[in-house]
Amino acid sequence: MKAVVLLDFWASPFGQRCRIALAEKGVEYEYREENIHGDKSPLLLQSNPVYKKIPVLILDGKPVCESLIIVQYIDEAWPDRAPLLPADPYARAQARFWADFVDKKVRRCSPCVRSMSSIRNTAFLVPSNVFTHQVCESAKKLWTPKGEAQDAAKEEFIEILRLLEGELGDKKYFGGDAFGFVDIALVPFTTWFYSCETYAGFSVEEAVPKLVAWSKRCLERGSVAKSLYDPLEVYEFVKKIFG
Amino acid sequence: MASAAGEVRLIGAWPSPFVLRPRVALNLKGVEYEFLQEKFGEKSELLLRSNPVYKKIPVLLHHDKPVCESMIIVEYVDEVWATTGQAILPADPYERALHRFWAVYVDDKWFPSMFGIAKAETEEAKAESAEQAWAGLKLLEEAFEKLSKGKTFFGGDTIGYVDIALGAYLGWAKVIEQMTGLKLLDEEKTPLLAVWAERFCAHEAVKEVMPETEKLMEFAKMRLGK
Repeated sequence: MKAVVLLDFWASPFGQRCRIALAEKGVEYEYREENIHGDKSPLLLQSNPVYKKIPVLILDGKPVCESLIIVQYIDEAWPDRAPLLPADPYARAQARFWADFVDKKVRRCSPCVRSMSSIRNTAFLVPSNVFTHQVCESAKKLWTPKGEAQDAAKEEFIEILRLLEGELGDKKYFGGDAFGFVDIALVPFTTWFYSCETYAGFSVEEAVPKLVAWSKRCLERGSVAKSLYDPLEVYEFVKKIFG
Repeated sequence: MASAAGEVRLIGAWPSPFVLRPRVALNLKGVEYEFLQEKFGEKSELLLRSNPVYKKIPVLLHHDKPVCESMIIVEYVDEVWATTGQAILPADPYERALHRFWAVYVDDKWFPSMFGIAKAETEEAKAESAEQAWAGLKLLEEAFEKLSKGKTFFGGDTIGYVDIALGAYLGWAKVIEQMTGLKLLDEEKTPLLAVWAERFCAHEAVKEVMPETEKLMEFAKMRLGK
C-alpha cells in the first residue's frame, strides 16, 4: 500500500473534493474504488468504523474521514504549496462558513436513495452529517417527478444556489483570485446540475448564470477536470437509482 | 489580554450551548468581550444584519465584522489570539483532523440523540434515543482515551476543541437527566467521561458561563410549556 491512499467511489462528490485537493497539491496517491454493489472492504470498515463511508484518506496507515476535514488536512499536511485556505483568519472563517453552508444546504438536495434499506452500500450518497430522514425527504421531493412537493424543493434549491451566487459576486473564485476551499466544496455538485434540471424541469444557467460561469472556470483547472465526471455520465448513474 | 471596548462583541443568549462555546474559547484566551444578550422570541436588528443566512446565535463581532457558526468562531478565536492563552486545536495536522472529526460527530450524531430523548413522546422512543445517546458516549469515551493520552481533557492538559464542542451540552444533559430520570453521563458506562464532565464544568473558563441546571430547568419549562 502506497503512503497515501484514498478510499473512494467514482461518482461521489465528497470523494471528488478530496481528489481535487490532492491534485492541487500535486500529491501522488493510490486511488481505491469501493465496490458499492458489493460488501464494504475490510480496509474501509477498519478505517472508518464510525460512519463506514467513503471518502477516507489514509496516510501512512492513519485514516482521516469526512471530506471537508480531509481537504483541510491535505492543506495543512502539505503547507508549502497551493494553499487551499487563505492566510487571513477572518477570510478563513468565511471560507469555512460557506463550505459548511454547502454541506448543510446543497447536500440536502443531492440524490439520495428512496429508502435506506432498499439499495445496499449507496450510503456514500447520504451525507453523514445531516439528519438522514431530512435528506431523504428533501431529496425525494426534488427527484420524484411532478407535484407541489417537487416545486417547493426546486424553489428551495434555486434559492440556495442564488445565495451562493450572491456570495461569489463578480469574483473569479469564491476566495477571490485563488481557487480554494469553497470552490472545492461546491464544484463537484455542479456535475449533478444537469440531472437536477432534467428531473425537476428547470434551467440552472437561467437561474444562476454567474455560478454556472464559475463552474466552467473551475473545470478549466486540471485538478477539477480530471476529478469530475461528465454530467451525462452522472445522469446515467442517477437514472439507475431513481429510474 | 484586554481588548479595546467594542472590539469584541458576542451576540448570544445564556441558555444556548452553541453560545457557550465561543464564550469558553474567549475566556481561555483571556479576551475581554461585550456579551449582547438577545431577547427571547425576538431577533435583534444587529443579529439579522450580522447573520443574514441563518439568523441565529452565536455571532462574534470582531471590529464589527461578523463570524458565524459556533465551532467556526472557536477556530477563529484560536487563530486570531494564537499567541495568547493556550492553543485550542493541536498543532499537528493529523491530530487536528481527529479533533475536528469528533467535534463534528458530537453535533451531527450525538446531539440529535440527546435531543431525541427530550423530544420523545413515548417511553419507547425515549428508550431508543437513550440507547443511541449511550452508544454515542461509548464512542466518545474511546475517543477521549485516545485524544487525552491519559490527561484531563480531550485537549490534553488544557481544554481543547472537542472539550468545547461536547462540554457545551453538559448543562442541558443535566436538565435531561433530571427531567427523565435517565443518567446520561454514567460512571459505570463511561467512567472517563463522567470524571471529565466534572472537571470541564469546574474549569475557570467554564464555570462562570455554564448555566446552572436549576435556571435551565426553569427556562425549559417556560419555553417548552412543560
